[in-house]
Amino acid sequence: MAKVLVVTSGKGGVGKTTSTAALGAALAQNGASVVVVDFDVGLRNLDLVMGAERRVVYDLINVVQGDAKLAQALIRDKRLENLSLLPASQTRDKDALTPEGVERVIGELKEKFDWVICDSPAGIEKGAMLAMRHADVAVVVTNPEVSSVRDSDRIIGMLDSKTAKAERGERIEKHLLLTRYDPGRAARGEMLNVDDVLEILSIPLLGIVPESDEVLKASNVGSPVTLSSPTGAAARAYFDAAKRLAGEKIEVVVPMERKGFISRLFGRRVA
Amino acid sequence: MNLLSFFRKKPTAGVARERLQVLLAHERIATGHSELLAKLQEEIIQVIARHIAIDREKVHVKLDRGLDTSTLEIDVDLPAIMPIMGARG
Repeated sequence: MAKVLVVTSGKGGVGKTTSTAALGAALAQNGASVVVVDFDVGLRNLDLVMGAERRVVYDLINVVQGDAKLAQALIRDKRLENLSLLPASQTRDKDALTPEGVERVIGELKEKFDWVICDSPAGIEKGAMLAMRHADVAVVVTNPEVSSVRDSDRIIGMLDSKTAKAERGERIEKHLLLTRYDPGRAARGEMLNVDDVLEILSIPLLGIVPESDEVLKASNVGSPVTLSSPTGAAARAYFDAAKRLAGEKIEVVVPMERKGFISRLFGRRVA
Repeated sequence: MNLLSFFRKKPTAGVARERLQVLLAHERIATGHSELLAKLQEEIIQVIARHIAIDREKVHVKLDRGLDTSTLEIDVDLPAIMPIMGARG
């Protein structure tokens, strides 16, 4: 039974697209067939982060409006044959997305794939609402920072009231993915820690992705981080998150500060 | 600022947590209210429409929150000649 997952956050720049690419790839690396769908019409970036920007011919809007068949618009990943991308349109605006068209396309994708992962645009307007509309599962991407937590809280409220599942009186499964986490700063009380964010948002934790150079490097070269640095801390966090999404019970590891020799010697004095 | 306080910077995460808790407690009530208002508006329209043909756009429901009391304001524009539906007869 196919699952529709939305990666959302409210706030921009917290890591939705990076996380969509990494979770999609991780699920595919574990053997599932996955499609990642870019809902950010007019500001598409999932194609770039996935390294498929030069292979886009047709897009979501073309399929929604019936100008192209789904099979024509889907781009199969060159590294993982069970991972596909449905890009957003760069030239149209979000008004070209119709609720009926989106419902039909999601329905078709559910027949072809195990996972349909919708990369939501930032904000709470039409594109974001349509991205979450048919979701069974939501991953709320949050940075340990006040404006991101506030926006996530708003999005959680919308997931509970504006999705098709919520309107049918069913509960939508929600998970928190904490990204750009800096264990050192959290330990020193300079940054909201995992417990703070969990207490405020009170949804289950899917994973903690530490702030990492590997994530930027991955987007530089157009590869999900789980493919470009599979043994790194960020990739491991995404692999574990993907396994939890697939139903495995794995304990969440809170990243700890890795102390260098000098700070180990002097760390206590300045902390 | 003495030397000790220079080394012991006051952590700010606690401030962030408290500010968020206070803010979100308010915001959750406010957005909850907007749903309550939408529901009230819909049900009020249904009740009135059972008896009078009204324009859905001309029913306004507003909630003003005060410190001690809040007021619910219902504003319905009726047509000049009221077409009464399902009245006696």
